[in-house]
Amino acid sequence: MVSRAQRTAVADWWWTVDRWLLASLAALIVAGLVLTMAASPPVAERIGLPTFHFVNRQAMAMIPAIAVLIGVSFLTPRQVRRAAVILFVVAMALIVFALLFGHEVKGSKRWILGIQPSEFLKPAFVILVAWAFSEGGKRPDVPGTLIAILLLPLTAIPLILQPDFGQTMLISLVWAALFFMAGLHWFWVFGIGGFGVSGVLVAYKFVPHVRARILKFIDPGSGNGVTDTFQVDTALETIISGRWFGKGPGEGTIKRILPDAHTDFIFAVTGEEFGIVTCIALCSLFGFIVIRGLLKAARNEDPFCCFAGAGLVMLFGIQAAINMAVNLHLMPAKGMTLPFISYGGSSLISLSIGMGFLLAVTRKRPRSEVLYENERPADRAVPIALGQAA
Amino acid sequence: MNAPFPPPEGRLIDAPVRKRGRIMRTIKNLFATRLDKSSGRIRIVALMFALLFAVLVAKLLYFGMKPEVPNTVRSAASDAVAAARPDILDRNGEVLATDIKVTSIFAEPRRIIDKDEAVELITATLPDVDAKELRVKLGSHKGFVWVKRAVTPKEQQEIFHLGLPGIGFLPENKRVYPNGPIAAHVLGFANLDGIGISGLEKYIDGQGLSDLHGAGFKLAAEDLKPIVTSLDLRATYAVRDELAKGVEKFKAKAGAAAILDVNTGEIIAMASLPDFDPNNPADALDPNHINRLSVGVYEMGSTFKAISIAMALEANKVNLRSSLDARESLRYGRFTIHDFHAEHRMLTVPEVFIHSSNIGTARMAMLVGVEGHQAFLRKMGQLTRLRTELPESAEPLVPKHWSELNTITIAFGQGLNVAPLQALMAVGGLVNGGQLITPTFLKRDEAEARKNAPRVIRPEVSESLRYLMRINAEVGSAGNANIPGYFIGGKTGTADKIVHGHYDHDKVFTTFMALLPADKPKYLMLVLMDEPQAIPGTYGYHTAAWNSGVVTGKIIERVAPLLGLPPKLELPVLPFPLLAQMGYGFANTPQHSKGQIH
Repeated sequence: MVSRAQRTAVADWWWTVDRWLLASLAALIVAGLVLTMAASPPVAERIGLPTFHFVNRQAMAMIPAIAVLIGVSFLTPRQVRRAAVILFVVAMALIVFALLFGHEVKGSKRWILGIQPSEFLKPAFVILVAWAFSEGGKRPDVPGTLIAILLLPLTAIPLILQPDFGQTMLISLVWAALFFMAGLHWFWVFGIGGFGVSGVLVAYKFVPHVRARILKFIDPGSGNGVTDTFQVDTALETIISGRWFGKGPGEGTIKRILPDAHTDFIFAVTGEEFGIVTCIALCSLFGFIVIRGLLKAARNEDPFCCFAGAGLVMLFGIQAAINMAVNLHLMPAKGMTLPFISYGGSSLISLSIGMGFLLAVTRKRPRSEVLYENERPADRAVPIALGQAA
Repeated sequence: MNAPFPPPEGRLIDAPVRKRGRIMRTIKNLFATRLDKSSGRIRIVALMFALLFAVLVAKLLYFGMKPEVPNTVRSAASDAVAAARPDILDRNGEVLATDIKVTSIFAEPRRIIDKDEAVELITATLPDVDAKELRVKLGSHKGFVWVKRAVTPKEQQEIFHLGLPGIGFLPENKRVYPNGPIAAHVLGFANLDGIGISGLEKYIDGQGLSDLHGAGFKLAAEDLKPIVTSLDLRATYAVRDELAKGVEKFKAKAGAAAILDVNTGEIIAMASLPDFDPNNPADALDPNHINRLSVGVYEMGSTFKAISIAMALEANKVNLRSSLDARESLRYGRFTIHDFHAEHRMLTVPEVFIHSSNIGTARMAMLVGVEGHQAFLRKMGQLTRLRTELPESAEPLVPKHWSELNTITIAFGQGLNVAPLQALMAVGGLVNGGQLITPTFLKRDEAEARKNAPRVIRPEVSESLRYLMRINAEVGSAGNANIPGYFIGGKTGTADKIVHGHYDHDKVFTTFMALLPADKPKYLMLVLMDEPQAIPGTYGYHTAAWNSGVVTGKIIERVAPLLGLPPKLELPVLPFPLLAQMGYGFANTPQHSKGQIH
């Protein structure tokens, strides 16, 4: 056990980090490895790879992922911001590079040098937006809100060009939620919200394409022609076939015909082999991380930490919720993975960075330090200003 | 913490300026962000996330509580295999329909690794399986599909040796009809899944068999009580055989024949040509293969005269000595009724029957009147649909406006279309002592049949009818069926068919009814032919006596001994005792053949 008496970096970290979040994330990572073991062998066999190809790859990716998670959580808020800027610039450069020189995989140019840079863009984007809002809120001389508003198209347009609508939707939602948290006037909340809802209604009423999409989701048989509901239907069948306690590890059969069983539909395989009870536990674990993260953020007195923590946990929570909703046939298929559970190296490292940032910004800090950082420069005592200048 | 917008020092500013300032402030507020609100806002977001995850958990709970869907192969298979059906027997216990055990090949598409290879190998072994259809079936994500039902042991062996995963065999029941087309219309058929589609097979399902299967009872054929029909297999075979010969000989479009036990209402034999083989049910769908006895409705022609005369006798409007004016054609409005064999004289009631006089019959019906006529026909079951065990039946075509003219024409059998089985039932009721017995295709005894049968005419009227049919066979148009050794009665009927709204004399529908024996009635036979042709030897006639009558004679010759009626050369001494009591002694004196009238 780390002693409180010695003020080493590790001791400081251990006694300031949120150990509940840390434990939950550790549980998720372990669950992810187990579930990948359940879900990926049939997929690997189907495409002619060794049975445990994906399991081995995921296990190998897990070592750097854990290192990144712990390492990043050591950063101070200031270092978090700096890291985010660097990450954002590098990721953006890689995205542009991929757009120009990458080759298409499944109809989109997302991959470069074996990684998916958009995965790394997400946490960096959230940090930058949180920073902009917090600065804009406390210092009227910095056009923080404007910067935050401009960050969205700057990030979204390359993603749309890829195209990657799932990620675009995800960051837009997080961005909107951050704007809401920044104290956006209710006028805009209801105005834009109402505009959005009425827009959907109008589109449903007058745009046949939109109506067809919605109706197709509600009742796949309604549209004439070929309805491709194989994946979602099979996912549903997979979950239900497990009943409450599952067929047991490795006993699943429907998973064998379920496409993307190891990524987008790993939750369904969980249901088949480990049962609905396990699914509920997993869902609750995600819920716990999200709610705890948000409440921790709400109590944080540093506006940046507050925004960054909330933003990162929402990024994580929305992604998880959408993935589970798709698996449970509450939403049309969206191509979003289940954080830490689904197979994917880039995604795992990116999530580790994001959660590392989360742990970093939710660490307990001395109140004086927070107050000091948030004072207006004009109010600051001269010696400190001098010290800064030095 | 510092508020982002410190309040302006209002005391030094004038009112309008202050007001403008307030508006500006409101507008500025709209665009400002307020960090002091974020803590509360985050809690709102947290609440929304809590709701979102609650919905996910709720949906999972819903899935958990959903009843298990039967998607195992075993349950899918037990739903799919053809259920056992009871045997259908003839009245002597001969098998008409039975189940045999066969093997069917099924596939579990999910377990098949290489679907194209499977399709290739299976279609190479079973060339009659459609490759495209099979590929679609195997490509589906169902747990269970049939590949081929009822394969031979050799085919089963070959498929087994292919060693394909996901291909299996199931024993099931297949319905077979060992007699082929014999009694096909009565039996109907059951499909591959063991569901009765038509005829008695459908009737059996309606009696609760399908309910039993639906409730999950797994019944073996041995557990089910066989259905004993009224049919006599050998008689049915003979009837169909003679009918087929007749249809071919007289180049008729179609033909039908039936034997009714007039005392029990049982149909002893029945055939309708062209027919189908229930082992190959696709044939049954051809509209030309309908059961002409119960599904077709026709103008029955002169056989209806028996009903009209019975009506006039029953209403006491005429008796056997009454004379009717047939000296000249009957004019009614712009219509004129002629006789086919016009005698141009006064005719007694027996003569009206023997000469098949339209005029005489029409006059008798006019004596009864329109309402009495309608009431009698309704009582005889001629105006409503006849319902038997066979699901296939047809409604009679009754004129919408029934004037006296309708009564005149219907009296001699034109203007009212009924199913031949319906007419057979009526005549059966007229000759069996006067009780109308609904025909049945199931075995039944006389007491049970007569229990619920309504009386339609008096016994002596019934005996009069038998007498009339008897003399018609002795000296009248039914002579071609007067087989020596049997005390036969008969009535012919020829109706011109309506072609483009007019009666066409070249296209006729002929019927013949024969009663055997006429003194103690047992069987009533009906033979009908659709558009029989005049052939060499019929003197240019295509009327009933020359075709249907001839066939009836052949059937009697062949079937009567089978039904336990050996020929007796001496005629009965007192065939019509009631008529003798009423003073019609002549009825019991055999008529000397004065040359047959056709």
